[in-house]
Amino acid sequence: MGEFKVHRVRFFNYVPSGIRCVAYNNQSNRLAVSRTDGTVEIYNLSANYFQEKFFPGHESRATEALCWAKGQRLFSAGLNGEIIEYDLQALDIKYSMDAFGGPIWSMAASPSGSQLLVGCEDGSVKLFQINPDKIQFERNFDRQKSRILSLSWHPSGTHIAAGSIDYISVFDIKSGSAVHKMLVDRQYMGVSKRKCIIWGVAFLSDGTVISVDSAGKVQFWDSATGTLVKTHLVANADVQSIAVSDQEDSFVVGTAEGTVFHFQLVSVTSNSSEKQWVRTKPFQHHTHDVRTVAHSPTALISGGTDTHLVIRPLMEKVEVKNYDAALRKITFPHRRLISCSKKRQLLLFQFSHHLDLWRLGSTVATGKHGDTLPLSKDADHLLQLKTKGPENIICSCVSPCGSWIAYSTASRFFLRRLNYEHDNLSLHRVSKMPACLRSAVQIMFSEDSTKLFVASNQGSLHILRLLEGSFKHLHTFQAQSGTVESMCLLAVSPDGNWLAASGTSAGVHVYSVKRLKLHCTVPAYNFPVTALAIAPKTNNLVIAHSDQQIFEYSIPDKQYTEWSRAIQKQGFHHHWLQRDTPITHIGFHPKRPAHILLHDAYMFCIIDKSLPLPNDKTLLYNPLPPTNESDVIRRRTAHAFKISKKYKPLLFMDLLDEGTLVAVERPLDDIIAQLPPPIKKKKFGT
Amino acid sequence: MEAAAARVVRCGGSELSLRRAVFSADSRYLLCVSGDFVKVYSTATEECVHVLQGHRDLVTGIQLNPNNHLQLYSCSFDGTIKLWDYLDGILIKTFTVGHKLHALFTHARAEDSVFVTINKEKPDVFQLVSVPLPRTPRQDAEAGEPRLVLDCISPSPKCVAFGGQGDYVAAVRDFYLSVYFFRKKATSRFTLSSSENRKHAKNNFTCVACHPKEDCIATGHKDGKIRLWRGFDDERKYTYTCLHWHHDLVMDLAFSATGSSLLSGGRESVLVEWRDAAEKTKEFLPRLGATIEHIAVAPAGDLLCTSHADNKIIVIGRNLEACAVIQGLVRDSSVLTGLMVDPRTKALVLNGKPGHLQFYSLQSDKQLYNLDIVQQEYINDCGLVQIELTKAAFGCFGAWLATVEQRQEKEGELELQMKLWAYNKKTQGFLLNTKVSAPHEDRVTALCFRSADKSDVPTLVTASRDGRFKVWVLADDSDIYRKAEGWTCDFVGSYHKYQATNCCFSEDGSLLAVSFEETVTIWESDTWELRCTFCQRAGRVRHLCFGRLTCSKYLLGATESGTLCCWNLLSCALEWSTKLGVSVMEPDPRSEHVAAVARSSGGSDLFVFKPSEPRPLYVQRSICSEEVRWGVFVPRDVPEALASEALQWLNRSQFYFLTASQSLLTFSSKSPEEKLTPTSKQLLAEESLPATPFYFLLGRHRQQRGEQADGAADGERVQLPTTEGVPAVSELLHTPAHVLPSAAFLCSLFINSLLLATEAPSAEETPEDAEMEEEGERDSSEEEDAAPEQAQQAGLPDGGDGGDEAEALQQQLSKCAEKELRKLRRVDYSWVAVP
Repeated sequence: MGEFKVHRVRFFNYVPSGIRCVAYNNQSNRLAVSRTDGTVEIYNLSANYFQEKFFPGHESRATEALCWAKGQRLFSAGLNGEIIEYDLQALDIKYSMDAFGGPIWSMAASPSGSQLLVGCEDGSVKLFQINPDKIQFERNFDRQKSRILSLSWHPSGTHIAAGSIDYISVFDIKSGSAVHKMLVDRQYMGVSKRKCIIWGVAFLSDGTVISVDSAGKVQFWDSATGTLVKTHLVANADVQSIAVSDQEDSFVVGTAEGTVFHFQLVSVTSNSSEKQWVRTKPFQHHTHDVRTVAHSPTALISGGTDTHLVIRPLMEKVEVKNYDAALRKITFPHRRLISCSKKRQLLLFQFSHHLDLWRLGSTVATGKHGDTLPLSKDADHLLQLKTKGPENIICSCVSPCGSWIAYSTASRFFLRRLNYEHDNLSLHRVSKMPACLRSAVQIMFSEDSTKLFVASNQGSLHILRLLEGSFKHLHTFQAQSGTVESMCLLAVSPDGNWLAASGTSAGVHVYSVKRLKLHCTVPAYNFPVTALAIAPKTNNLVIAHSDQQIFEYSIPDKQYTEWSRAIQKQGFHHHWLQRDTPITHIGFHPKRPAHILLHDAYMFCIIDKSLPLPNDKTLLYNPLPPTNESDVIRRRTAHAFKISKKYKPLLFMDLLDEGTLVAVERPLDDIIAQLPPPIKKKKFGT
Repeated sequence: MEAAAARVVRCGGSELSLRRAVFSADSRYLLCVSGDFVKVYSTATEECVHVLQGHRDLVTGIQLNPNNHLQLYSCSFDGTIKLWDYLDGILIKTFTVGHKLHALFTHARAEDSVFVTINKEKPDVFQLVSVPLPRTPRQDAEAGEPRLVLDCISPSPKCVAFGGQGDYVAAVRDFYLSVYFFRKKATSRFTLSSSENRKHAKNNFTCVACHPKEDCIATGHKDGKIRLWRGFDDERKYTYTCLHWHHDLVMDLAFSATGSSLLSGGRESVLVEWRDAAEKTKEFLPRLGATIEHIAVAPAGDLLCTSHADNKIIVIGRNLEACAVIQGLVRDSSVLTGLMVDPRTKALVLNGKPGHLQFYSLQSDKQLYNLDIVQQEYINDCGLVQIELTKAAFGCFGAWLATVEQRQEKEGELELQMKLWAYNKKTQGFLLNTKVSAPHEDRVTALCFRSADKSDVPTLVTASRDGRFKVWVLADDSDIYRKAEGWTCDFVGSYHKYQATNCCFSEDGSLLAVSFEETVTIWESDTWELRCTFCQRAGRVRHLCFGRLTCSKYLLGATESGTLCCWNLLSCALEWSTKLGVSVMEPDPRSEHVAAVARSSGGSDLFVFKPSEPRPLYVQRSICSEEVRWGVFVPRDVPEALASEALQWLNRSQFYFLTASQSLLTFSSKSPEEKLTPTSKQLLAEESLPATPFYFLLGRHRQQRGEQADGAADGERVQLPTTEGVPAVSELLHTPAHVLPSAAFLCSLFINSLLLATEAPSAEETPEDAEMEEEGERDSSEEEDAAPEQAQQAGLPDGGDGGDEAEALQQQLSKCAEKELRKLRRVDYSWVAVP
């Protein structure tokens, strides 16, 4: 594997935003997740839960509801009173429309997908018609006394249930009037609370309405008579969310204590048709409030204030023991938040509203393998760059020479010039960005820092030449005809001749920077690309996909390399394929061309192409072979994948120079320490 | 000698909480196993109503007959299943299975068969088998060939449960739950992840219960969790819910009769009721005293009961309020005080719950009361050194009780306390009078009161390992505030700094014998002067006692090295000695006899002798296979007159002894057959007919008839004496009240029957005819429900009807007319013949 001096960085105090809503789309098997800062992320559940797309957040757009309609259309609504539709191709907001009812607390699309309901602060339920290009207000339902916190359609589309404070209303869609008003008991474990908030309702096809409320109850109501059928007291705190499976044979609720309860419809006896809802398993994967839950056919999905997205598969629904059968906990974004200037040993950390520039510490000491060296110079916080305006930063990059910083929000692109004079640092704004450069999805500098490559959200790629304090727009590669898909990942060859770009679905395009034209397209693959890099000298493009496959493509030859063919023929080790998180960064060793460095959140790996590939019988994660064994055995057990699991969760790892690595870790305990305290629960024996 | 040998019998004190108790259908009776017997208790009065005797080994399972809830099945290690009429205490049938039966289960679907747990091959492989019970009129029958239902189950009946509808049976063992479906004839198995990782280390199943109405199985686990399994008919789609309150293992689970709530209990001694099987709606009944071993629910749903580790059954109402306590003999791990007899109540007194002294009535086999000696909260935690009650003694005809308690941590100082309790007539209990802390510097080895007349000052002697014996007397302790008396030390004696090992007063209280290791010293009790010493140089003296009555001039001593010596106090010389490793030596307070139990290779041997004669009166070898720890003579209320010479010693008192495994045994002179005859109850009932004018009239008549019809007696029948002159009356008296028709209906029949019939030529034949016919009916009806039986009683025609003319007439006669005819036939005109 070779020996490295490792900068172990733990000062990136990144805290993801809490999850507010999740919406599961059955047709495309995708999951939309909205966070409290307004970010919306799209996860592809069929591609190993890869986060394929994301829409940056906005300070004023706190989403309260998220729903899919008409198959692939995604809507969100929030406390600013607007309904927003997202453009999933261009990764942009299609339009936003004010509902004129004050803050929107809930939203539901009709089972047919043609209508959209929103519940507003003023107690109104508004019905919108979904047209192909826009949504159109249709009418108001009978106004209620207080805000509508939850909405659910009857599967036939004739009635809806609306949860408000202290009561649930059932509306007839045709007349728009309330058919029933079901009052919820305010009593809470014998104590009368002030109010009982209906956090969620679900309308089943047999007319049952299930409600969850702030008194910790899950209640079953008969909507035909408006009567309470059964109550399950599940928590001492609020039950905040509910999701029902499509078959209506199971549902899941999430509580403020962090517990997720699964309810199942089981027959009372094996030979009778009578069925009853039974609370079955509790899952405690969260430490904080579970704000939202979703129920996919094979898994329970939950998210909350503790920022984890938890996907708990239902064992009885999973056919074979494969990737889907394991519990998934997604905490960190699957995109790069850190960039590194190798020359000046700088790290740029991207936060939602600011950027931090740090200089790494250094040491003069030397030590044995495994020693922790004392720092002779501490890491230095050089700069904090705050964005103006409410928009979140989408992407950022520091140039390899360390003198340029580029970043972008949803509406503006910024370029900054850094001047180093001894210990002083001065920042200059590069003004007059070209009109075409409005917003970027990904930014990349060339190795010699003379060129800047920007992937815009319109699907085009821009090349800028950087001069001393100014820039020049060189060229724009327009998107392929007919598509507006944004390129999310960029890779530049170290010699600056080749540019590889990949979108969310289509293959990887390779452009020649010299000739300013499309050189070739790597054959399309079913799974999205998670990381891209071009090797020095050989100009081999290394592509990592979300199903953990790795391809090596020779750009000059326009074909896969021998090594890539060999590994595809033999197949990857099954442990490699069962890994949890996607590879987010690929790098190369300048002196050892056979080495590929890559990492995901839980391991760092060096692939040595010169060694034989491991088969399923060999141990994939072999720690350092014991030194007392002979070289022969060592060589026999050695294989191409050398894996270190020492650093985790690993957000970034790259080679600074031949013998130095930088690893940025973000321990989960540090994140939890920065979250608000969870609801205190008495633990037995304490 | 051999023929007259007394039998060693278990005398109560057996474990009531070995198996789940069973409620009768109307919740009026509670049935529970008790050693070789089944006891029927009244739930209202806590009294034992019947003892069902008949098994020859430990009873291991009882269940109501699902087809007739007035009958009870029981199974035992002796390999038989017996069917009882528990209301009358009658054994109906015995089925022999052959294997050792560990548990018994019944359910309504499996007609004519019951389920038992047996182990066939290996000692720890248990099988649940269904045993068909043949329908035969005979009393003893061979059960059918057992059919295997589930293999490799746990022997505990808590680990097997039948579904409410009888569709399936669930069994748990270690880490798996097996469910056998009778209809599909298939077994599903659900395994929990086992011990490998620390989190699931205590996932073991401990018990199982099935919901009475729904397809729901509740299982208890070692880590205190309760899992509710549903949808288990599909091995993939099954699901379970977890309920967790217990912090230690769940000992037993039971669903309420309707299934609306689940009851669980464990070491916490708290009964938990989970309403609607929900985690948040649970109710508790705490402070039940000891580990809950079993929970049983009445089929009527109004009562439930918990069986506890301290041999106690608590009957609890539906509102979780304890309404009755049935307390048997508490078995403590170590009985340090030995066995004593309370002179007032004649109750056996020994260690009970930790720090308590229990008063146990041998006659009624129940605890009379518990005296808290230590008076400190008992903390049930392993590793704690508790205060132990080590010695106790009664004195002055039960007016005083002395107790010694001690606590010694490893290498710590000994904490010693002596308490003297006075009997209070007003409260009918003992009240603490004097507390002496550190009465000695080392352990107290013996404690005895002087058995004196009322006029004498009560005197107590304690002997200790610190080399002293102390004499304590009751003295006036009055001050200006109150009049009181307390105990003070009167005299301290020692002998060459030897440890005092035992002490004993002579019967009249004039002499005190104290043994100092190998030496026995005799002290005058008036002046506390040393009179003489005996030294045998044969090891430390362990037991010491004076002879009684005519033998009061002898002193007996048994040493550790196995010598029994008898000294004559008049001549101050050794009278005789013998080699005998005595482990228990007890004098009979009512006679000269002394019983000694010696350990030998074949077990323990009993020797009964008089101190005046070196030859034993009675020897019984191997009275039990294990060591006998304690023994005591309990005086009989009414002296028995046993004819046998060898058993004379049992006339005035009964000898009880306690073995190392805590079983309380005694000697019985009755032969086993006598004790086990099933008809004994029957005969008893007959004899106890009230001596009314009717009795004289009928009784004499019956005897008369009996002599006449002796030859025609049906030998097979024992329950119904065939020489009955008036079948209607005997039927009335011997049929259980619950199967009889209403009294209004019976009245005319009864009055008619009292009219004694004439000696008509056919009279002899007719009643017998009618009787036989009835017999046939009874036999066939025993396995059927009570309903047809009632119909027969009402006189409806039935298949077994005899009588030629009646048969011919039956076609034409109406029901009413037929009834008349029957009545006529039963009328006995023999009264004309009576002068």
